[in-house]
Amino acid sequence: MKVRINIALKKAVLDTQGKAIERVLVKNLGYSQISEVRQGKFVDVEIQETNNENVKKIVDDICDKLLVNKIIEDYSFEIIKN
Amino acid sequence: MKSAVITFPGSNCDRDAYDALQKVSSFVQKIWHTETNLDNDLDLIVIPGGFSFGDYLRSGAMASISPVISEVSRLVEKGVRVLGICNGFQILTEAKLLPGVLLRNEKMKFICRELYLRVENSETGFTNKYKTREIIKIPIAHMDGNYFASNDTIKMIEDENLVAFRYVDEFGNVTNDANPNGSILNIAGVYNLKKNVLGMMPHPERAIDINTGSDDGLRLFESLNNLF
Repeated sequence: MKVRINIALKKAVLDTQGKAIERVLVKNLGYSQISEVRQGKFVDVEIQETNNENVKKIVDDICDKLLVNKIIEDYSFEIIKN
Repeated sequence: MKSAVITFPGSNCDRDAYDALQKVSSFVQKIWHTETNLDNDLDLIVIPGGFSFGDYLRSGAMASISPVISEVSRLVEKGVRVLGICNGFQILTEAKLLPGVLLRNEKMKFICRELYLRVENSETGFTNKYKTREIIKIPIAHMDGNYFASNDTIKMIEDENLVAFRYVDEFGNVTNDANPNGSILNIAGVYNLKKNVLGMMPHPERAIDINTGSDDGLRLFESLNNLF
């Protein structure tokens, strides 16, 4: 199945890119109603696995080992194609 | 002293580190990151600066699971000294061999300039040729040098005296203006608990010749060699 892993900096961690984007949206483009911009990233992976439990285990493992630094980041995932 | 410099795809300070070590060390080995067997009689391993794996995903993340890193971890356990400079510092935090993590610079700019550091403790294997609280001039060159750790980790770092260097003004004062990248408590370098691993954002290997600005970095390599 195809899985999308969403990774974002934790709330308490300074997101310099989000701040820069917010500044441009508000100051340069005039969207004064916009605030709290945070930038994250997603990683799509195809996993040869049909069991949801096993998929969760693989995703947790790869996030733990490489994709996510848990000191500063949180992640979630969604199955986008079975 | 028998030392080694590890090169990853994208390392670009490995040659400078090699040259610095050759000034003080009788034997310097060049190691490629796929190496799965490091000599047990190494005294020092240097993980140099650069942009390993293009800084993809997070700076140092991919390199931290390169085959050679499990060997580095094994030797760290045995007490071998490891010095991570700039990207090497990022790699060591990603490999959990050092506490904390390096975030994007607070002001979102790549910064390349000389600045002042304060040596916090001269009683380690890396700093015995300096005086405690001595002020030294060493260049930085990085985009992701904003040292961050949880409150508990910062407390542990302070309690155990693990801060190696802080960014200071020329008089040795820890000020916001002297902090180039937003690092917590102006931290420029930290040790692990056993103080045999040091990670630092500034580049001592670029400060080994007075003709290019400063030779204050040379004593770090001399300190290490001083032990043997």
